[in-house]
Amino acid sequence: MITIRNLNKTFSGVVVLNDISTEFENGKTNLIIGQSGSGKTVLLKCILGLFGIDSGEIFFDNMSFQKMNIKQRSIIRQEIGMVFQGSALFDSMTVEENIMFPMQMLTQKSPEEMKERANEVIDRVNLVNANKKLPSEISGGMQKRVAIARAIVMNPKYLFCDEPNSGLDPKTSTIIDNLIQEITEEYEITTIINTHDMNSVMEIGEKVLFLENGNKGWEGSNKEVFNTDNQTVSNFIYSSNLFQKVRKVYRNENGN
Amino acid sequence: MRVLRNIGTYSIMIGKVFGRFTRWSVMKGLIIKEIDSLIIGSIGIVSFISFFVGGVVAIQTALNLNNPLLPKNLIGFATRQSVILEFAPTFISVIMAGKVGSFITSSLGTMRVTEQIDALKVMGINTYNYLIFPKIVALLLYPFVITISMFLGIFGGYVASIYGGFCSSADFIEGIQLDFIPFHVSYAFIKTAFFAFILATIPSYHGYFLRGGALEVGKASTTSFVWTSVLIIVTNYVITQLLLTL
Repeated sequence: MITIRNLNKTFSGVVVLNDISTEFENGKTNLIIGQSGSGKTVLLKCILGLFGIDSGEIFFDNMSFQKMNIKQRSIIRQEIGMVFQGSALFDSMTVEENIMFPMQMLTQKSPEEMKERANEVIDRVNLVNANKKLPSEISGGMQKRVAIARAIVMNPKYLFCDEPNSGLDPKTSTIIDNLIQEITEEYEITTIINTHDMNSVMEIGEKVLFLENGNKGWEGSNKEVFNTDNQTVSNFIYSSNLFQKVRKVYRNENGN
Repeated sequence: MRVLRNIGTYSIMIGKVFGRFTRWSVMKGLIIKEIDSLIIGSIGIVSFISFFVGGVVAIQTALNLNNPLLPKNLIGFATRQSVILEFAPTFISVIMAGKVGSFITSSLGTMRVTEQIDALKVMGINTYNYLIFPKIVALLLYPFVITISMFLGIFGGYVASIYGGFCSSADFIEGIQLDFIPFHVSYAFIKTAFFAFILATIPSYHGYFLRGGALEVGKASTTSFVWTSVLIIVTNYVITQLLLTL
């Protein structure tokens, strides 16, 4: 479980995150939604320790990240898997080398064991015939799968995904969403996803946190978010024409 | 204020480069890769430039020796002194600031822009050591490049002098042996060691701390070249003052 208490973050005096408090539970897919510039990526990077915070505390299973020494932070980081927006695969390495990389750096496994584990996760994310290819030689959807495979290869306790659907077609987005949810349940991990994709909210968002100009605007489940009275959240959720039409049809059918 | 902040950040970066080492089995491969791209990959251009500039130095010296009382062996002497003292260590280092420096800045900058450095950090890896230390170690072989440059510069001068008919082979060889001070070679290699450290770390700093996108990668490469060159020239002056005048 990840707990955030009274998190504040500013950049050059500009408040980016203001007094954010929330909890992300184990084995659940937690989504952070909000407009561009609302602070989603900054929140994710603060939790990951890539950005320092001004005040507040972040707890990983009740251990304060701020009170940890470098060694403890290093151990926690080894329990974190991250899927970056642009996949962040290492250009000069093949798909297999990218996936084996965390094991090479952080474990004492033999090359055979590493290869075996890499092939396990490659199968898990349904990557076919891509082991020896470079990231530039595979599609965006496949790159995302490689990034997911690299993120789960160390059996992480926490999985972070920064807009995993960006740049993908709706079908591939759904496949990636389902894959993340399956992995979350299978490995009992705490997953936090930054997204703009309302389809993801509808399908996999067991908990949804809505950020509005750096403030916590709303939080609840994906069932609640589509019927919330909060006008700002509602406007955001139904901002696309497709979702407005879906709501209209739903209301007509149910007489609302 | 900004300069002070940059110096401070650079110093902290250097401290972190030598902290929490990446395991040797991984580092070994990284060092070999950097030697290949930074050292082996530079030998061609360094050889080409050294040979022809050595030739030009010899021709220009010959053309300025109008007085018949001046011995022809001065062509070899001047070529040797110019190449060993300044051309090979300093001029080649400025060229390397363009070639190797831009490569380092743009490769690290691209890693920063595409979040590859963040990916390494999230894994708990000391990114400073993983990314910069192999470059410093690879550039320990930089004096080897400068040795090739010295040899080819003098050889270029020899070829130009003989085939241009400016002096005989015996005159040139006598000239390169004339008043030879072995410390001048030591002085050149001491400079080279400092330049190697500058070549590895200043471009790394500009690439590692880059903010922005593709345009900033280009800008950072240019800035990195300018600062690396400036530091090489200033360091050259200071070392020359310390080693040759005291």
